[in-house]
Amino acid sequence: MGLRIIVCVKQVPATQEVKIDPERGTLIREGIEVETNPFDLNALEEGVRIKERVGGKVIAISMGPPQAESTLREALAMGADEAILLSDRALAGADTLATSYTLSCAIRKIGKFDLIICGEKTTDGDTAQVGPELAENLGIPFVPYVRKIEEIGEDYLIVHREIEEGYQVVRVPLPCLLTVTKDINDPRLPSLKDKIRARKAQIRVWTAEDLAEICERSRFGLEGSPTRVIKVETPPEPTGGEVLRGDPKELAKKLVEKLIELGFVR
Amino acid sequence: MAIEVIEEKCSGCGACVSACPYNCIQLIEGKAKIDENCCQLCGACVSSCGEGAIRISEAPRKAFDKSKYRGVMVVAEQRRGKIHRITYELLWIGRKLADKLGETLTCVLIGSGIRKEAESLIRRGADRVLVYDDERLEKLREDPYADLIVDAVRAEMPSILLMGGTSFGRALAPVIAARLKTGLTADCTGLDVDEEGNLIQTRPAYGGNIMATIVCRDRRPQMATVRYKVMKEAEEDPDRKGVVVEMRVPEKLRDRTVVLREVVEEGQSIEDAEVIVAGGGGIRAPEDFKLLEELANLLGGTVAASRVIVDKGWMPKSRQVGLSGKTVRPKLYIACGISGSVQHLAGMKNSDVIVAINKDPSARIFDYAKIGVVGDLYEIVPEMIRILREMKAG
Ligand SMILES: Cc1cc2nc3c(=O)[nH]c(=O)nc-3n(C[C@H](O)[C@H](O)[C@H](O)COP(=O)(O)OP(=O)(O)OC[C@H]3O[C@@H](n4cnc5c(N)ncnc54)[C@H](O)[C@@H]3O)c2cc1C
Ligand SMILES: Nc1ncnc2c1ncn2[C@@H]1O[C@H](COP(=O)(O)O)[C@@H](O)[C@H]1O
Repeated sequence: MGLRIIVCVKQVPATQEVKIDPERGTLIREGIEVETNPFDLNALEEGVRIKERVGGKVIAISMGPPQAESTLREALAMGADEAILLSDRALAGADTLATSYTLSCAIRKIGKFDLIICGEKTTDGDTAQVGPELAENLGIPFVPYVRKIEEIGEDYLIVHREIEEGYQVVRVPLPCLLTVTKDINDPRLPSLKDKIRARKAQIRVWTAEDLAEICERSRFGLEGSPTRVIKVETPPEPTGGEVLRGDPKELAKKLVEKLIELGFVR
Repeated sequence: MAIEVIEEKCSGCGACVSACPYNCIQLIEGKAKIDENCCQLCGACVSSCGEGAIRISEAPRKAFDKSKYRGVMVVAEQRRGKIHRITYELLWIGRKLADKLGETLTCVLIGSGIRKEAESLIRRGADRVLVYDDERLEKLREDPYADLIVDAVRAEMPSILLMGGTSFGRALAPVIAARLKTGLTADCTGLDVDEEGNLIQTRPAYGGNIMATIVCRDRRPQMATVRYKVMKEAEEDPDRKGVVVEMRVPEKLRDRTVVLREVVEEGQSIEDAEVIVAGGGGIRAPEDFKLLEELANLLGGTVAASRVIVDKGWMPKSRQVGLSGKTVRPKLYIACGISGSVQHLAGMKNSDVIVAINKDPSARIFDYAKIGVVGDLYEIVPEMIRILREMKAG
């Protein structure tokens, strides 16, 4: 058989070391790197594993500034066969509605596909909305929070979807979209050889013009985004309550007394 | 569409440079310069600038007729025929917004055999409850639920539509937003309305380091999912009156995915616990959680963990508290050996009473604790257990 698989990947600011400037109350950005959204590495890994299992092709796509190319090179090194970057000033400022619309235009332009895989969410936007909105824009079913693919059929998948109390085993027809959790796999580390191959590979760049052949320009970017960020601020820090110090045995006793006072011990 | 720096106004203070999440602004000869190819038009710099020197100019938008949209709608959630508590939180915030607007609060209730719960939603603040009751709606699935909520929106034309920030709500809401071509703000922690009826939505961004305020001025309904365990719960008022409307469930329900089976994995979820004893990087070995478990048992609670513990595989993901785990709001949260990163705090800082046990007096967790104890958890926790046991025994 063989499946045509599209994986959506985004480049994000690495948030681990985000620090706040205490005087200005703003983010300190010096030396902050960008990285591929960690959940999207799981999405890529799963796409490549499916291809290795049943054959087919993996196409990585990303919408972002020109430097997002490095994320697509990472995707190629991990085993994607093709990479497409949607990059244009007219696409910037997109909220999830405009992002998912733009991605759906690009996917329509790509043509036939069987499966789309997204990360569960991004670490910067952290909305988990782009995947479901993209599926709706394309009119295909989706399953969110997938942590295992149990069966790959001719025209369907059976997957495990995480729910609060456990998981559901879900059968979904192809073509469809999945969003995957971190638990689904451990993304591979590409070898040096793979990285060199990826460095030489060609990445297609599509502009708003290329997408406007099949889509409405007014739905791209900031113009196509119904939501606006009107303020960004650092939440004020509280200053804490009572602090107990001293001999550990005494501390334990004092703490239990406090808990009794507050009614937590019956 | 363009972003520009009005040079006469720019004081060269550099606030925008550090505000830019993408590192696209530099100070050149004392003036901010924005790299247009790098800029994502997120607007962070605009709001960081005290001088009003950065401007994003936009083409005028196509008018959208908002006048037909009125009222607040919340979507109830249920699990196996029982109302999920997020519903009461949605009713609490929904009621506040509706009162401020002077409009009605409508609640959409979908499920199988769920009609009986409609009155309880009125007692908790709804003016109207729209019920879609059908045995095919027993299991949660996006397709039929989305269709029915869109049906309810078309029938009522609410100006605000709120859904739960549960895993189900967060997957379902975007389907509806995409279909209605409207804005959706994920996982809000604060909601208000301004004089013009715009929903003012606040949510953490960049891993909880900053709070962003978001509006959706010219589309309706304005949609948001609301973070679980951040709002209060609406209380029951036995005398409240309202209207229950039975809605027709179409004979043909769109339903492309099939749930073959559901597997329940564990007992009490940490979100429902009244007392939580949580362990973090200060825990040295997986078996040491027995200690925390014992303390939790004595206090009638359960155990949870920070991400470092879950990453080591010492606790299941379902017990992780924080930004990428669960949000909890117990009566008592005892943090043992947890430093208090923003990401962890995001998941527990609304707890009623926070107790922190940490040997580093400068740990950030102490800023959030009502009672801070500076010391070694391996000395303090066993002693607490001994005292509590003794008390129970006699
Ligand atoms: C996108 C993103 C999402 C994240 N999501 C989450 C999340 O959901 N939840 C989460 O928890 N983290 C999350 N993190 C990770 C977070 O940044 C921190 O790394 C993590 O919370 C640290 O956990 P900790 O405080 O338990 O451990 P540490 O930072 O290792 O702190 C251990 C603390 O224990 C104290 N200690 C050590 N030994 C003892 C002892 N014997 N007695 C008393 N005190 C002792 C130390 O003084 C120290 O303060 C996220 C990070 C990112 C980038
Ligand atoms: N700009 C983008 N380009 C490609 N894929 C994206 C983009 N933004 C989001 N996605 C995909 O959508 C998922 C969810 O993103 P979010 O809704 O931002 O949390 C990500 O894990 C990606 O798979």
